[in-house]
Amino acid sequence: MSGLTFAAAVLAICPLLLIFGFLLYQGASALNWDFFVHLPKPVGEAGGGVANAIVGSLIVIGLAVALGLPVGILGGVYLAESRDRRLPWLLRFVADVMNGVPSIVFGIFAYTVVVLPMRRFSALAGGLALGLILIPIVLRTTEEMVRLVPNALREAGLGLGLPQWKVSLRIVIPAARAGIITGIVVAVARIAGETAPLLFTALGNRFWHQGLDQPIAALPLQIYAYAIAPYDDWHRQAWAGALVLITLVFLASLAARVATRDRAIARLR
Amino acid sequence: MGDGLYVKGLRAWFGDRLILKGVDLTVAPNAVTAIIGPSGCGKSTFIRCVNRMHETVPGARVSGQVLLNSEDLYAPGVDPVQVRRRIGMVFQKPNPFPTMSVFDNVAAGLRLGSIRRKAHLHEPVERALRHAALWDEVKDELDKSGVSLSGGQQQRLCIARALAVDPQILLMDEPCSALDPIATAKIEELIHDLKKELTIVIVTHNMQQAARMSEWTGFFLLGELVEFGVTKDMFTTPGDKRTEDYITGRFG
Repeated sequence: MSGLTFAAAVLAICPLLLIFGFLLYQGASALNWDFFVHLPKPVGEAGGGVANAIVGSLIVIGLAVALGLPVGILGGVYLAESRDRRLPWLLRFVADVMNGVPSIVFGIFAYTVVVLPMRRFSALAGGLALGLILIPIVLRTTEEMVRLVPNALREAGLGLGLPQWKVSLRIVIPAARAGIITGIVVAVARIAGETAPLLFTALGNRFWHQGLDQPIAALPLQIYAYAIAPYDDWHRQAWAGALVLITLVFLASLAARVATRDRAIARLR
Repeated sequence: MGDGLYVKGLRAWFGDRLILKGVDLTVAPNAVTAIIGPSGCGKSTFIRCVNRMHETVPGARVSGQVLLNSEDLYAPGVDPVQVRRRIGMVFQKPNPFPTMSVFDNVAAGLRLGSIRRKAHLHEPVERALRHAALWDEVKDELDKSGVSLSGGQQQRLCIARALAVDPQILLMDEPCSALDPIATAKIEELIHDLKKELTIVIVTHNMQQAARMSEWTGFFLLGELVEFGVTKDMFTTPGDKRTEDYITGRFG
C-alpha cells in the first residue's frame, strides 16, 4: 500500500518535471543575457529579447495584487470571523463559483468595463482582469488559514479590552501569516501564467511600457504571439519565455516558503 | 485599588440552554474570591459574564446585572471593550500571542490601545512583569518569543499582560490547571501579593487551592450558586449538604 501511495505521489509530480525538462531542452538555447535586457527585434532579424514582457508582466501582476489583495485578505477575515451565518455562506458560494469561472470571462468583463469606455487596451484593464481572478483564491485561503488560528488567541485579545477589529488585524492575521502568504503566492503563480484574459485587455506591446493607460506587454502574451508565428527563431524564444515564466513562479514559491519557514520554526522552539 | 462587584440575578444561555440560573453574589474588594464546583456547573460561564466575554460566543446570551462601582456593566450603551479593560482575564491554558516577543506580549494591551511610543512602554511593561514575578527571569530576553518560555512562565506572562492595562479586577479561569506543582505554587504566591492592589476572582477545581488562597468561596452546582461565604467557614462547617459532599470528595 505504501508503495502504491509513493508511486501515486511520484506520478503526481511527474508532469512538472517533464514540462520543466522539456522547456529546458527546447528553450535553454535561446536564453542569453540579451533575452532578459533587450526589446524584441523587428520581424526577420534574429536575436532580441523579451525584457519589456518581463517588466510588463510584473506591472500587470503588481496592479492585480494591489487591486485584489486587500479585498481578498479582508474579505477572507470577514468570512472566518463573522458571527453572521447567511451573508458569509452566500459570499463563500459566490467565491467558489468565481474560482471555477473560465479566466477568459474575467477578460471579457474587464474589456467591457475598462477597455470599451477608455477606447483602448491598457495595463489597467489587464490588472483588473487578473485581480478579479486573484480575489477568490486569496479570499478562500485566507479564510481557511484564519479559521485555523486557535480561539484562545482571540479571547486573549478580547480579554485585554481590544476591539474586535484590532484583534483580527493585529493578532489573528499575524498568527495566520504563513498560510496567508502561501495562498497569495499560489494566487500570484496562477495569474502570472494567465493568457486569455490579457488578450483583449493588456493586448501586448513590442515596446517598453508607456503608462498604465496604454497597451502593455506580458510574458504569456509574448509567448502566445511567438508560438503562433511562423518563424523558428520566435518559436525558440517562446520556449525560452515559458522557461522564464515557470522559473519565476518557482522562485516566488521558494521565496515564500523560506520567508515563512523561519517563523514556523521559531514558534516551535 | 481593587473594586467590589455586585452580581444580581445573573442568567446566561448558550442558545436555548440555560447555563446560569440566576446568580446573586458579592465580590469583596482587595480579596480573593474562589469559585468552585464540578465541571459543567457554570463557574467559567459565571466569570466570563463578569467581563462580558460570554457574549462573544455565537448564540450566547446574558440577563441580569453586574455592578462595578454601582455602574451596571450590562446597561445599554456600556461598551464591552471598556468593561474588559477594567476587568482583566487569565485563561486556563497559557495563551501568549505567538507572533510577539515577551515585551510585545505585555505591551499588547497598551500598544494596541493608546500608547504607541516604545519609550513610553518600557516602564509599564517592567512594572507589569515585576508584578507578575517574572521580571527577573525574563529581563535579559525580552525580545525572545513569548511562546519560548516554560508553561508556568507563559502563564505569568499572561498575568503580566492582563496587569499591564491596570485593571481593577482580575478574573482567573483555572489558571493553574495546566501547570506543575512548582509553577502552581509560584502563581498562588503571586495571587496572594496581587490582592493588595486589585480584586481577584479565581475559578478552581483544586479544593486545597481554594482553601489556601481565598477569603471568600462560592460553590456552584448545575448553574446555581449553592452556597457562598467566608472560605474558612465553608470548608469547616458548610451550611449545605451538597457543599459538604463536594468538598469532602463524595461527588464531583
